[in-house]
Amino acid sequence: MELLVALMVGVLVAASVHLMLARNVLRFIFGLVLISNAANLTIFVSGRLTPESPPLIPEGATTPVADAANALPQALVLTAIVIGFGLFAFALTLVYRTYQNLGTLNSDEMRLAEPLESKPSAAKQVAEKQYIARDTTS
Amino acid sequence: MAEGGAEVPRLAGGPAGWVSVAIPTALFVWFAQFLPAVAAGQTPLIGFDWVPSMGIRLEMLIDGLSLTFALLITGIGTLVTLYTTSYLGKHPEYPRFVLYLMTFMVGMLGLVLADNLIALFVFWEVTTISSYLLIGFTSDSAKSRRSALQALLVTGTGGLALLAGMILLGQAAGTYSLAEIRQMGDAIRNHDHYIPILILFLAGAFTKSAQFPFHFWLPNAMAAPTPVSAYLHSATMVKGGVYLMARMNPTLGGTEPWFWALVIAGGFTTVFASVLAIRQTDVKQVLAYTTLMALGALTLFIGAGSSDAIKAAMIFLVVHSLYKAALFLMIGIVDHETGSREVADLRGLARKMPVTFLAGALAAISMAGIPPFFGFIGKEFLYKAGLEAETAQLWITGTIFAASVLMFVAAGIAVARPFLGRLPEKFKDVHEGPIAMWIGPFLLGALSLYFGIFSDIPEIWLVGPATDAVYGADVSVDLYLFREVNAAFILSMITFAVGFVLYLMHARIRDALAAIIQANPLKFDPGWDRTLDGVKALAEFQTRYLQSGVLTRYVFIIFATFAATTGFTLWAQDALNFQLDIAAELDGLLFKHWAVLVFITAGAILTALTRSRMTAIAALGVVGIGVALLFIMFSAPDVAITQLLVETLVVVLVAVAMLKLPHLGVRTSEPNRPVHAMLSIAVGTVTTLVLVAVLQTDLDLRLTEYFNATSYYEAFGSNIVNVILVDFRALDTFGEIAVVVIAALSAYALLRGTRYGAIREDDT
Repeated sequence: MELLVALMVGVLVAASVHLMLARNVLRFIFGLVLISNAANLTIFVSGRLTPESPPLIPEGATTPVADAANALPQALVLTAIVIGFGLFAFALTLVYRTYQNLGTLNSDEMRLAEPLESKPSAAKQVAEKQYIARDTTS
Repeated sequence: MAEGGAEVPRLAGGPAGWVSVAIPTALFVWFAQFLPAVAAGQTPLIGFDWVPSMGIRLEMLIDGLSLTFALLITGIGTLVTLYTTSYLGKHPEYPRFVLYLMTFMVGMLGLVLADNLIALFVFWEVTTISSYLLIGFTSDSAKSRRSALQALLVTGTGGLALLAGMILLGQAAGTYSLAEIRQMGDAIRNHDHYIPILILFLAGAFTKSAQFPFHFWLPNAMAAPTPVSAYLHSATMVKGGVYLMARMNPTLGGTEPWFWALVIAGGFTTVFASVLAIRQTDVKQVLAYTTLMALGALTLFIGAGSSDAIKAAMIFLVVHSLYKAALFLMIGIVDHETGSREVADLRGLARKMPVTFLAGALAAISMAGIPPFFGFIGKEFLYKAGLEAETAQLWITGTIFAASVLMFVAAGIAVARPFLGRLPEKFKDVHEGPIAMWIGPFLLGALSLYFGIFSDIPEIWLVGPATDAVYGADVSVDLYLFREVNAAFILSMITFAVGFVLYLMHARIRDALAAIIQANPLKFDPGWDRTLDGVKALAEFQTRYLQSGVLTRYVFIIFATFAATTGFTLWAQDALNFQLDIAAELDGLLFKHWAVLVFITAGAILTALTRSRMTAIAALGVVGIGVALLFIMFSAPDVAITQLLVETLVVVLVAVAMLKLPHLGVRTSEPNRPVHAMLSIAVGTVTTLVLVAVLQTDLDLRLTEYFNATSYYEAFGSNIVNVILVDFRALDTFGEIAVVVIAALSAYALLRGTRYGAIREDDT
């Protein structure tokens, strides 16, 4: 099973890299979610898979049964899932906000800070107008 | 205080002025007490442990060479700071200037006294930085800033090379102590790294001492106030490189590469600089170029390396420091009183400024090498060493002869021109400078005469011990004005004759030189600008290229680097050399396992390829639930619960966001799609290979066993995963909570919006 999961992790990673290379930042976010899952599975599988024997200490005993699952990767993955979710939530908010302010999800057009002099985009013009408006109102 | 102290002779500049004079005076007296010991051949070491763990000990090595330097630094320092109280005392930034000057003095003393190579480097850089600050002291002038930066970059680059050389030398010698390294000259010279060490050391020394082709920063450095030019860029700092070469002579010297590098660079610099000196119309620039000439001569004779040559170099070192500092201070007084340094303007000032003239004349006669001044002795010994050189005799003698003739001319331009002749109308009201200013040049000029007549004094106390230290063995030093009519003496007479004729013709020579230099396409100063522009353009190009601001390019670079380096490591470490047992892998695989694997794989591929937002969200959900099922099947119920919860939230959040976001659009229009697809597959493959390679190794279960054994006894919990999270690694969990809180707060700040965020809605 471990080898098959390893193969599947490869597919997950390939899919997420493909998504993260897209110019649409929403696809980038999808890639982020997938690669988080891939990373968690990597940690989990590295600690080997043990079917149906959770790392719990039975009632009355002081140590778990002899062939219980590896507890350490589980603890690590738990932490990673939560942090991955925090990252995802923030990134999604950022994308949402960016779209509201710049009117685009295309990362190539988000060049307000580092404009390409040769081809000013629609987003840049909009954003510049906003900044000028801010300066004059404040 | 203001009125009561009237009878005390007060210095301008307030407390900063007093302190700045008192410190070098005290140090001068302190160093002078070592004279008898050093003259008797001792080398006192004074020091303490600095970084004991790295074997770095801060130790002062006081021998003839460092003591001569230390006395020059503190002695000339006293006179220069005294001069500065009057020259800059009323400047609003005067205390800052004093701070820089004192910093420099400490750095320079450290440089010449340090016994440890690393300490020497640190002090070397202190002088570089304080020189930068002093050249740029008039920071509102663009020229001044440019000169300061140029000096910093040229000498700083040399300093880095020097550091590398010192580390190599330290490795080769096994010690960083100069006193010990000096004893192992032969071992170093035969070491494999001798040539790199030599090149790196000379890069440091040549930039610091402005040897051709690194000479161009020094004349520009004259943008600094005159006391700085006199002190740093003539008497002391620029001699740091000379000091280094002299100090390393017993260790690195005496080989063919050393000889030719120093003799050629030094000889060329000395002639080149003295020709350019004649070409200048600003007296300060004339002096700047003659300083280059002197540095070239010192390099030349240290390179020549015979006992006579070293002796001549050490005499000339003292000679030059005395007269050149005096001349710089003199032109500073003239500049201060008349507001001009131009040869064409200044005439006949002797009547108005007699003491300054006297001081300048004493120094200039020493510079011209006329008996009975110390400069004559210096020149005689240079000639003698040149004529008796075994190799390159003609080159050494020829260059030093040409330079001496031109020095004679330069001395005339610097003093005879401004002070003799008819006083122009506009200088009728010029008067003598204050005593604080002329006392320095006067004393230095007088010392040039005194050392010439009583040549025993510098011989016993300064030149003798210094020569011993540089040569690495005892050398009999016997200074004299005149013994017999020999070749050196005849050469001196010819020097005077040729020099006098050239002085009379110097205006015409200058014009001719100006025309030649104008026509010469190879210019160093504009070349410097072009080099800097080139560096900036390169920086801009690579920043544009690497920091393109294009998200997909960053992501591409990151993943491509990962795939390439990890793939290469796998291959290089031979980690792919494993046997896979496919049969055992498939054995015992249930339908539910297959189902989960297929679901996750299909979900991932679908997310990557779909054009529909809803399909993508649904497929993401499938992947998430699939992963949760995997956790359940393989004994991780806690993880599975968290995963389910998080996955639900992800889908809900994405769905909410979709209400306000546009559709995905097609990717077929994007460039480089085949390249991106190939990279994706490569990264996926590398990840799988790494994971498979990891699975082939034996699992280290020590931590797990520790947690299994102790979680009940030490943490009183029977869910081991929970115990790890909240007890054994509680700090990690705390950090995790902090991350989530920060993400939530940031998201809130983003969503709440800003004042100008709303403008767009009016706009569209």
